[in-house]
Amino acid sequence: MEHLLLLFVGAALVNNIVLSRFLGICPFMGVSKSTETAVGMSLSVAFVMTISAVVSFLIDKYILVPLSLEYLRTIVFILIIASLVQFVEMVIEKTLPELYSGLGIYLPLITTNCAVLGVALLNVQFKYSFIEMLIFSFGTAAGFGLALILFAGLRERIAYSSVPKYFQGMPIVFIMAGILSLAFMGFSGMVK
Amino acid sequence: MIKNIITNGLYSNNAIFKQMLGLCPTLAVTTSAVNALGMGLATTAVLTGSNLVISLIARYIPKNVRIPAYIVVIACFVTIIDQMMKANFYSLHKVLGIFIPLIVVNCIVLGRAEAFASKNNPLYSLIDGISVGIGFTIALFILGSFREIIGAGTFFNMPVMLSSYNPLLIAVMPPGAFLFLGFLFAGKQFIDSKMKGEK
Repeated sequence: MEHLLLLFVGAALVNNIVLSRFLGICPFMGVSKSTETAVGMSLSVAFVMTISAVVSFLIDKYILVPLSLEYLRTIVFILIIASLVQFVEMVIEKTLPELYSGLGIYLPLITTNCAVLGVALLNVQFKYSFIEMLIFSFGTAAGFGLALILFAGLRERIAYSSVPKYFQGMPIVFIMAGILSLAFMGFSGMVK
Repeated sequence: MIKNIITNGLYSNNAIFKQMLGLCPTLAVTTSAVNALGMGLATTAVLTGSNLVISLIARYIPKNVRIPAYIVVIACFVTIIDQMMKANFYSLHKVLGIFIPLIVVNCIVLGRAEAFASKNNPLYSLIDGISVGIGFTIALFILGSFREIIGAGTFFNMPVMLSSYNPLLIAVMPPGAFLFLGFLFAGKQFIDSKMKGEK
């Protein structure tokens, strides 16, 4: 049990997917302009990331490995994610129309979120068991949400401060991300 | 036209400095000049191949399924490059890790397929793929060189700083990637505004 807890903390804080593994930077920079959109994006990513990790884990274990087709992983995983995103979009549209209108454009964008494919590939690389895989994927998704929401809060504040001329726009955003990443490095003593 | 494509890809529409696409590999693999160069060239190879093939087949693909079709073409090239690097450059392949398969979701590649290759002839698409790829490689190389020189005191694994130089370790750690890219963008804005001022 303790092992699983550490795995969760490690995935969410110590090896934060955005700030230390550098996956999912595009949505991190793209939709962090306001906290509201950041929350919507984190929820939809958490949803798709966990489900796609489970599906790709099962397909890898019961179809690709027995047939020794491991080299097809990249193609198979990206197709799983793309079709899953499409499927999730249709289900949410039918069953929860208010959530659908809230998430809106973020759902299709998740296909090209490299964090989702990254988690599916990392699960295979680390040779996790099913339950470990589940905890790791969910922890990673939680870490993505945490980083995104924190960063959106920071960006809302920086909009009101005076930034040196040449640092206006993207440069200051990156430097802020660097400082946030520095803060997250403080967690690195917690888990080996 | 060809000259336009080349300058667009290399500088005026540079994938990283201008469009800010493909930032994940940019930040992750630029801990040294060699890694940056390897990643840039692998992406260039995928981009060139996928641009060529997509411009050849674009008119036969129904509009609704074009994105999945492009992704499959790109994924094929990524798999080829992945296997080839594993066979020939094993240590580099190991360092770059999952960022080689992740070229599939690099927005630059899909972006060029959608914005350029699907609308232009194979020759132009080939040249566009090469020049955008080289532009990306140059940006990675600049960032990788800065981080390696400051963070480790070496360049291509050769010591370049005085022996008394104490490497600033933060530059090769994750926060350094964000900070250095931020400073590079600021530098680009500075140069651009100076160039405008002279005109």
